[in-house]
Amino acid sequence: MQKNKPKVPPVRTGGSFFLTAPYLVWMVIFILIPLGVVVFYALTDPATGLFSLDNLGKVFTGAFPKVFGRSIWYALLAALICLVIGYPVAYYIAHRKPAVQRFLYMLVMLPMCMSFLLRTLAWVGLLRDTGIINQFLGLFGIGPLPLIRTTGAVILGMVYNYLPYMILPLYSIILKIDPLLIEAAEDLGCNSRHVFTKVVLPLSLPGILSGLTMVFVPAVSTFYISQKLGSTGTTMIGDVVESQFKSANNPNLGAALSLVLMIMIFICVGLMNRFVGKDHREDVVV
Amino acid sequence: MKRLNRIYTIIIFLFLYLPMVVLIVASFNTGKDITDFEGFTFHRYIELFQDDKLLPLLGNSLEIALLSSLIATIMGTAAAIGIHRMRPRLRSAILTVTNIPMTNPDIVTGVSLSLLFVFIGALLRNNTILGFWTLLIAHVTFNLPYVILSVMPKLTQMDPALHEAALDLGCTPFQAFRKVTIHEIMPGIVSGAIMAFTMSLDDFVISYFVYGPSYVTLPVEIYNYTKKPLQPKIYALFTLLFAMILIMMVLMNFFQAKAEKKRNLQHAVRKV
Amino acid sequence: MKKVFALFLAVLLVAMAGCAQMATQGQTGTDGSNSTAGNDSEEVTINVYNWGQYIAEGDEGAMDVIAEFEATYPNIHVNYTTYDSNETMYSKLKTGGISVDVIIPSDYMIARLIDEDMLLPLDFDNIPNYQYIDEAYKNTAYDPDNVYSIPYTWGTVGIIYNTKYVDAADVGGWELLWNEKYAGKILMFGNSRDAFGIAQYLLGYDVNTTDDAELQACADKLIEQRPLVQQYVMDEIFDLMENEEAWIAPYYAGDYLLMADENPDLAFYHPSQGFNFFIDAMCIPSCAQNKEAAETFINFLCDPEIAGGNMDWIGYGTPESAAKEYMDPDMVNSEIAYPPQEVLGKGTTFLFLPQETNQRMEELWLQVKTN
Repeated sequence: MQKNKPKVPPVRTGGSFFLTAPYLVWMVIFILIPLGVVVFYALTDPATGLFSLDNLGKVFTGAFPKVFGRSIWYALLAALICLVIGYPVAYYIAHRKPAVQRFLYMLVMLPMCMSFLLRTLAWVGLLRDTGIINQFLGLFGIGPLPLIRTTGAVILGMVYNYLPYMILPLYSIILKIDPLLIEAAEDLGCNSRHVFTKVVLPLSLPGILSGLTMVFVPAVSTFYISQKLGSTGTTMIGDVVESQFKSANNPNLGAALSLVLMIMIFICVGLMNRFVGKDHREDVVV
Repeated sequence: MKRLNRIYTIIIFLFLYLPMVVLIVASFNTGKDITDFEGFTFHRYIELFQDDKLLPLLGNSLEIALLSSLIATIMGTAAAIGIHRMRPRLRSAILTVTNIPMTNPDIVTGVSLSLLFVFIGALLRNNTILGFWTLLIAHVTFNLPYVILSVMPKLTQMDPALHEAALDLGCTPFQAFRKVTIHEIMPGIVSGAIMAFTMSLDDFVISYFVYGPSYVTLPVEIYNYTKKPLQPKIYALFTLLFAMILIMMVLMNFFQAKAEKKRNLQHAVRKV
Repeated sequence: MKKVFALFLAVLLVAMAGCAQMATQGQTGTDGSNSTAGNDSEEVTINVYNWGQYIAEGDEGAMDVIAEFEATYPNIHVNYTTYDSNETMYSKLKTGGISVDVIIPSDYMIARLIDEDMLLPLDFDNIPNYQYIDEAYKNTAYDPDNVYSIPYTWGTVGIIYNTKYVDAADVGGWELLWNEKYAGKILMFGNSRDAFGIAQYLLGYDVNTTDDAELQACADKLIEQRPLVQQYVMDEIFDLMENEEAWIAPYYAGDYLLMADENPDLAFYHPSQGFNFFIDAMCIPSCAQNKEAAETFINFLCDPEIAGGNMDWIGYGTPESAAKEYMDPDMVNSEIAYPPQEVLGKGTTFLFLPQETNQRMEELWLQVKTN
């Protein structure tokens, strides 16, 4: 996968320190300290301002575990669907001529640059009871089908929004697979299915992991898709966090929920990376 | 099999573009509703250009996206070069921290930054802290990892002998750096910058937590719009943005292809 | 080769920056304008934070109130943003980090803001148009000494329904929102106080109860309703009701009038068990930086001619009899905007609740939404 890793990087510590210093300072102030502030809020009582484990305790009681479970489940499902429907596309793109590749790559990237709010809203127009799809079905006397405000609609919204995040890393990794390896496998008598399962798939694992992470993380924490496409029974953890900050005025509970969400995601992503034994994310850049 | 795959890919692209087509069609609709096409009109575009709120907000978004991607590209490229030269253990420690904002959900990044900013605001007794600066800082923060992660692989791929060769040929270290290193990693820098720019332009979640009434970006206002009866001029804005980005991408594609052709030619010449 | 590409990109970016600059020129720098007063010479920007759909913005021939104001006072620029519930507005102010000059909360929220020292006393010398406010809207429960607030509108809450789909026999009280016949077509308030209010009317409790058992019972009632509810929403109600995606929704009477313009099948009634009567009033929060300019703005909104034109579009009740002269007679005679006394008599106001009750209600509300 990685062609020429330098064995010994040239070590010039003085210069490298000055080059990296602004970045390090920035990251400490705007990444690490804010996370500390979240921990601080999560451990503070909203009324008294004193240390308290109540907020964190609440996260594990009532409906919250269910909401967490639901969010993880939806996001996992969305990530897996993205993988299944995205892989053939990535594979197809990676096996075109360079010019075609560049064009298709652009077509995948373009939706990522357009307002995801409005694109989600367009799905509302498509799916709702009086929407475009139901109007169309109505011409044949079908429906209206309950398309919107279902679990399926929420997952569809996620798959739609995050599919490019799956296709792009898959594409970059499939592109790097040496065609000679495939030829070699074929010469050694593998049929096309075996070539795929024994050679191509294992080699694209880093891309698969990267794609799964890039879909899972935003999907598990979304708060717009579930509000617009979901029902009162598809509330996700992002919705709750948003409401605690934006309308319920309980940043402490919101911080506690964020903290648990963050730890949970790190565990999930850590597990996925452990699965291949090494962190390959460095190799895969969309 | 190949044909099947092509048909399949086309279907997926239709799926990706269908909602955008819906929005574009809606921008030419005389009716207000996205689902009923009542008649063709350019009126929404006239409304859009008469609107004195949305267009300045697009300006704000571009301003933040440009500045933040520029700062992130400079700081990130320098950092990537520095990290690359570090001892492996230190390098992997820093890359782990770099991964935090990538793995952290946007909402947590937004929430944590907003808590920090508000806290600082309270300390400074400044009640207008949320605005341009907080947006810029937040955008630089989430842009940095994209730049670093797209520059790093180019550095790893680079042949260290190139740099040494330049030194042997009489370049000063700085000249060698400028003429060789930067040159070699340019594609990574450019793709990182583009990535940062687009991420920043379309960011809603993080901006939503750190914006103030004095400085609002377009996605945040679009969110407010979607909470109210929707005004169709927003579809016109979407269509214009779509056209703009499409043209930009096609042009980039074109220049990239041209550059590649030239490079291939040079390679060929070298071989001869 | 790559340089060409980089150069091209740089040119593009610079061009876009130029566009951005041009586009932002219209907006004056708001960060620098920390001056305290709207002096004649100095330009100031006031941040007005109001409910969505709550000021005439020139749609369909209506008055554009903010444009009129900026034309009258060229030194004052209005930066207008909106919220969708009292609670959202409160959270935003409480979080801090922003400065807002004018807000228009409802009665109970004003009392809460006063209690928490979050409002500034108004200087009535700068608001001579206060004289036009009717006596009935002075010395209210939320601001008994008329120090912090000036009424903007008053209104009532009721049920909007679509006559095409809803049986006339089912109409009458709040129980329509619990009618399983219309499961999935019912919308519900997306804020705690209004939602609990409905349960309280239905169960016959005092809407200002602090009794924990009663609040719990309300939450149970709302949880019972949840499977029937399409969504918990606020201003999204406009679109959903107008295009018949939903058939039944509780909302503010004035907004019904706006919706009925778009869809004539919509009807409205005041539920028999009682309903919320509210006053929304203009206040200046303690984070304000341009108090004098804010007072100028409030005074402008109280001008009977402006108030009349504004109310014509908003559809809520005006607290100024003088403004009715400038209004469309159809609006003034509307029984929905200005219900007859025997209907109004059934309205009750939300009062200030202690901190614990507010917190408890938010907690229960979260349970209702996530259970």
